Amino acid sequence: MLWPLFFLVTAIHAELCHPDAENAFKVRLSIRTALGDKAYVWDTNEEYLFRAMVAFSMRKVPSREATEISHVLLCNVTQRVSFWFVVTDPSRNHTLPAVEVQSAIRMNRNRINNAFFLNDRTLEFLRIPSTLAPPMDPSVPIWIIVFGVIFCIVIVATALLVLSGIRHRRRNNKGLPGLDDAEDKCENTITVENGIPCDPLDTKGGHINDGFLTEDERLTPL
Amino acid sequence: MAQASGLDPLVDGEDERPKWDNKLQYLLSCIGFAVGLGNIWRFPYLCQTYGGGAFLIPYLIALVFEGIPLFYIELAIGQRLRKGSIGVWTSISPYLGGVGLGCFSVSFIVCLYYNTVLVWVLWFLLNSFQDPLPWSTCPLNLNRTGFVQECQGSGTVSYFWYRQTLNITADISNSGTIQWQLFLCLVACWTVVYLCVIRGIESTGKVIYFTALFPYLVLTIFLIRGLTLPGATEGLTYLFTPKMQILQNPRVWLDAATQIFFSLSLAFGGHIAFASYNPPRNNCEKDAVTIALVNSMTSLYASITIFSIMGFKATNDYGRCLDRNILSLINEFDFPEQSIPRDEYPTVLMHLNATQPERVARLPLKTCHLDDFLDKSASGPGLAFIVFTEAVLHMPGAPAWSVLFFGMLFTLGLSSMFGNMEGVITPLLDMGVLPRGIPKEAMTGLVCLVCFLSAMCFTLQSGSYWLEIFDNFAASLNLIIFAFLEVVGVIYVYGMKRFCDDIEWMIGRRPALYWRVIWRVVSPMLLFSILLSYVILLAQQPPSYEAWNPQYEQFPSREEKLYPGWVQVICVLLSFLPSLWVPGVALVQLLSQYRQRWKDTQLERSPKPEGRC
Repeated sequence: MLWPLFFLVTAIHAELCHPDAENAFKVRLSIRTALGDKAYVWDTNEEYLFRAMVAFSMRKVPSREATEISHVLLCNVTQRVSFWFVVTDPSRNHTLPAVEVQSAIRMNRNRINNAFFLNDRTLEFLRIPSTLAPPMDPSVPIWIIVFGVIFCIVIVATALLVLSGIRHRRRNNKGLPGLDDAEDKCENTITVENGIPCDPLDTKGGHINDGFLTEDERLTPL
Repeated sequence: MAQASGLDPLVDGEDERPKWDNKLQYLLSCIGFAVGLGNIWRFPYLCQTYGGGAFLIPYLIALVFEGIPLFYIELAIGQRLRKGSIGVWTSISPYLGGVGLGCFSVSFIVCLYYNTVLVWVLWFLLNSFQDPLPWSTCPLNLNRTGFVQECQGSGTVSYFWYRQTLNITADISNSGTIQWQLFLCLVACWTVVYLCVIRGIESTGKVIYFTALFPYLVLTIFLIRGLTLPGATEGLTYLFTPKMQILQNPRVWLDAATQIFFSLSLAFGGHIAFASYNPPRNNCEKDAVTIALVNSMTSLYASITIFSIMGFKATNDYGRCLDRNILSLINEFDFPEQSIPRDEYPTVLMHLNATQPERVARLPLKTCHLDDFLDKSASGPGLAFIVFTEAVLHMPGAPAWSVLFFGMLFTLGLSSMFGNMEGVITPLLDMGVLPRGIPKEAMTGLVCLVCFLSAMCFTLQSGSYWLEIFDNFAASLNLIIFAFLEVVGVIYVYGMKRFCDDIEWMIGRRPALYWRVIWRVVSPMLLFSILLSYVILLAQQPPSYEAWNPQYEQFPSREEKLYPGWVQVICVLLSFLPSLWVPGVALVQLLSQYRQRWKDTQLERSPKPEGRC
């Protein structure tokens, strides 16, 4: 009694869901690429979860809140892990339009990916383009920050060098007139050698040469 | 006779000329000037194109018979005459003063475009301080469903270089606008150069310790890293295996000779300037041999590093090519994931081709050969900014390697810039262009400002096309002419005997017969033949360039276009104008001699005033 019903359901199922059917989408998973050693095996329970996620996405569409898990049909599961799916309406005679399914999946793509620990590249819905995440765009590009730092250091160093050069030159200029004064002073100073003043011969008439002073002291008194 | 030609007598006395703090500073400055970007991105390319290890033979021959002798002459005359290039040549012979002026102008032109390359390096360096690196992904298109069309066609790295850095136009006559990001980097670069050359060798002498030695440190780090990467040994063996038959091609010898010539930075006047600050009795023969050998060793060292990283990149690209094919097969035939290892790919493909050829034919399968990837060579900016940046992307810790690499390129270029700037500043200082009251800082600042304003044209959107023109035409022919005149001028005009006497005074012994034979015969002949072949090659070469045109049918290949007429005129002018100083100055000198003689004869003929006895 139940067998004809079963065959009928299967026939309807096969009619609605087959490769390249109307409103059908192919899904491809790359579990081992994404998870490596922690990869799980794709079995009927995972398929149930997938159907639940698709039903969940459809229920979020305003006119399709009555979508049940049994309305999502999967077929042609391969070892690659790839399969086709369609979503039927409550009467199970027609499939929902591809545009609706596409927009529903796009809106909830992140949730579906996370349920399977996959991302847009490893869980592919062929013919459903994913909205790519915007790149991290800081308000100020990083290169400007680095540029600012380096440029400030360079400007400060240049300014320091220029200022030190100016100061050096000003000190040299001050030193030169100082030297001229010293030359004038020289004529009035007395040069001293070994603590004994050397007087120029023409300034004083007659002077005891102190260099010979000690000689008397060295001679022992007779 | 020395006094009559205006040369200073040979004395050991002190003078006001600035001098090096120690010998190491001088050696490092010369090495830094000689070792530049060409050692990194020109020599490995030549080695790879001209038969790997076999290229070393013409290279070493050129080094021994052309590089070292010319270098010795430059250092000796700079040290003896103690002036920049203009002063030296005016001292040797007033008719040869044009050589100095020519060297000065070529140094000025090279300063302009060499610093622009540093601007590009600085831009990449600034952008390396982020993870992920900006050239690893394409920017998204407007509705965020995919990537920008141009980037998808060309690849992320090429897109970053041509569009986000240069924002290049499709044609050289379309100049476009100034790229403000490059303009900012230009300001920074010239400020850094000014900071370093502000007091001449007093300031560069301090910085050179870092800028000359840092590249060696980074090269060693990269060498160790490169040798541990997978695929390095394939790169090294493939690229260094000598292919001797390629030596029959005369082009190899010409390129070896020109490479040695430009690698040592001869005839720029920079080495003359550096040597002029030496103490009079310095052993310039040992210096010349040491610096030239260090330069060549650095080229070899750099090529080992570059080849190992290129081998890694080729192996990586080959692996990814195979993986892409394998994924296509798996997706099409729904095999389990990772069921086809790379080794079994050929057998599986053959089997599938036999059983289901139509389905296989529909797939976009590319043929992957490791040799094809190894053969992909690049030189010049293409190596640094496209090939190497892509290789760095695949190394773990990519931003750090990128910072190191571009930091190395920046310091390499900076130390070469010091030599170029000295080739410009020292003659200006010697000629006393500015009055004595104006300090040296102001003079160097003025030179840097003029260079900066002139180099703004390279920050236009067509700037890189212009840089290529300057690189190809401005320096090469003129420098070979000046080098030839240098050898002939010193040996035949100054006199071999006088030159040998000077060297004997400076280093204590006369130059050996080997040097004298080479200076008299071999070097002039070699230079003359290089000059001839260069002119012939230049005349044969069609004046075309490769433009980056996204609308081109074969994009991302570059479109070959001819230069417009006015650009060709500029190319010709660049090739010849600096050399015209030589006949120009000689003519002016000749005319002034005639005028002087004519005045003297007039004076003799005029009746002398009779003395009232």
